Amino acid sequence: MDFDIAVQLILNSIIAGGIYALVALGYTMVYGILKFINFAHGEVFMIGAYTAYVAASKLPSETAWYFAWFLSILIVVFLYFTVPLPRTFQLLKKYKIVYPLFIVGIAFLVAKALTYPFYYLGILQFPIWLAVLPAMLVCCLLGFCLEKIGYRPLRSKERLSLFITAIGFSIVLQALMLLIFGSEIRSFERAAEQGLSFLGASITPTQVLIIFISILVMVLLQLFLKFTKTGKAMRAVTDNMLVANVVGINTDKMISTVFIIGSLLAAIAGTLVGVEQNLNPSMGISVGIKAFTAAVVGGIGNIYGALWGGYAIGFAENIGIWFIPSGYKDAIAFVILIVMLLFKPTGFFGEKGEEAVRA
Amino acid sequence: MSGDYLLSVLNIALIYSILAVSLNLVIGFAGLLNLGHAAFFAIGAYTSALLTLVGIPFGIALPFAGILAALFGLLLGATSLKLRGDYLALATLGFGEIVRIVLKNWDGLTRGALGLVHIPRPSFLQFTVKSPFDYFILYFIIALVSFFVMKKICNSPFGRTLKAIRDDEIAATSLGKNVFRYKVTALFIAAFFAGIAGSMFAHVITYIEPNSFTFLESTIIVAMVVLGGVANIKGSVIAAFVLIGFPELFKFVVQVWIPFPASAQAGIKMLVYGLLIIGAMLYQPEGWGIRKLVRKKSEGNA
Repeated sequence: MDFDIAVQLILNSIIAGGIYALVALGYTMVYGILKFINFAHGEVFMIGAYTAYVAASKLPSETAWYFAWFLSILIVVFLYFTVPLPRTFQLLKKYKIVYPLFIVGIAFLVAKALTYPFYYLGILQFPIWLAVLPAMLVCCLLGFCLEKIGYRPLRSKERLSLFITAIGFSIVLQALMLLIFGSEIRSFERAAEQGLSFLGASITPTQVLIIFISILVMVLLQLFLKFTKTGKAMRAVTDNMLVANVVGINTDKMISTVFIIGSLLAAIAGTLVGVEQNLNPSMGISVGIKAFTAAVVGGIGNIYGALWGGYAIGFAENIGIWFIPSGYKDAIAFVILIVMLLFKPTGFFGEKGEEAVRA
Repeated sequence: MSGDYLLSVLNIALIYSILAVSLNLVIGFAGLLNLGHAAFFAIGAYTSALLTLVGIPFGIALPFAGILAALFGLLLGATSLKLRGDYLALATLGFGEIVRIVLKNWDGLTRGALGLVHIPRPSFLQFTVKSPFDYFILYFIIALVSFFVMKKICNSPFGRTLKAIRDDEIAATSLGKNVFRYKVTALFIAAFFAGIAGSMFAHVITYIEPNSFTFLESTIIVAMVVLGGVANIKGSVIAAFVLIGFPELFKFVVQVWIPFPASAQAGIKMLVYGLLIIGAMLYQPEGWGIRKLVRKKSEGNA
């Protein structure tokens, strides 16, 4: 094996692995608590990438308006779930037909008002490092809203219905981005980078940044889970929801927090991928499934497992194209997924076999 | 809108209704969420197209497409049907994607992303199927036979056993049923009919490429099953016709008032399918006949 190429492949593996690990954390944390696969998580990642793109580039005004509408409707949904209506308005509830109309009317007005500030997100060109902030914010809102709209009402139902709902969300979000941005591939407008030379391999500054940011974010997440009160409560809920409830932890709030943190990580990953590669509405599905595979490899529900799993998938994919044609690169993760599910469904770090994967 | 156009939409709807009914056998009767149904569809389409391109008549290629797809169903079933619920769904999704990637990269056989072109039209002895009306007659007969066979299968002791397995696997096992074998057989049969549908698709479109069989295709079929009602064959057929007919109707009726660019049509189609899936799951788990899938947890966790 050529030494230069080997170094290059290892670097590529670490870059891809960091991204997969960040997304896999979202899958694994949600699975740890709710025991269902949040299929729409890949789409949260995709929306994060697009939001950063919108903030960092100058869009034609039509696209900017469409995206502003998307954001403002998201915010209105968020407000609907968080801000209680003033009392006087709640009296309207007895009028069965007026009340929904009234809510829709208010929502429309608020959304319309919000589109104006959001319009400038698309028109103005923010620096890329700043663009990650709206991406994080939007993804947090999105994760929160998805859970409130779809997953909370179905939590007592069978898990398969949650899964199908998540597929529905995934399709809807993809369709929205397809409608707003079209199916063509987009990329951030930025100057071409001079590749740095590292042991004979070439790496761009952005890629160095990806490696460091992904590691930094993961370290911060570990610290958060270990030392903060919320982090401890989250781990408690993951461990045993009932007991956590008994000792006074607000489990509903913790579930929302898990969705928000998972979406935050996905937003960071989305921005990094968007900057380094390019964007298209179906980017979420492939990264999502690879990240899910990473979570399975590491033992789903296990946070450390997701980290190692992410890097494992990154390596398997990038080293794998040494041996097979590169067109099959995307199939590697799927093969690993099926093989893992068949032979070691608890993953390499899954501590207990209690989570029966088998029928 | 000419009659020929209407007939060609109906032909596609017939193909999708076979797909929906066959998937209903797996999801509705056996309770297994299969997200890789488009893979069997693809295998059927490619098998039939390749066979007829080397000169084998449609009448032989059609069953052969079904049989090859069914063998792949057997392969998928034998390996992954031990998995439960959403894990099985993910494994089947992985299978579907692997099949698509292989079709895309096996240039020697499938011409890769270029796709297969000039797939011959079905012909019997001297008679070649040409107009949409001929296709409609032929496909209507095939679809009717398929529905009839599947209906018979569903109402047989085999179908009832599948339902029993779906409702309570442990009870079915304790009654001496080989649960695994029943599930594999269900997938085998479903894959066979999906292969038949694939063959019909290849010969009516006469052009196939790997990207006609993406994950989205599988979810559309799942949406038909979910909306039509689990274990409800008639419902699946109606849902297939509605979901295929709707975008066409949309194209002609709505666009008169609101002009949409052609590129937006795929997006709107996806949006509506997604919203229908979510809506069905959230608001009408009883009404649209999907109550079997969305049982309360207390009634037993499949």
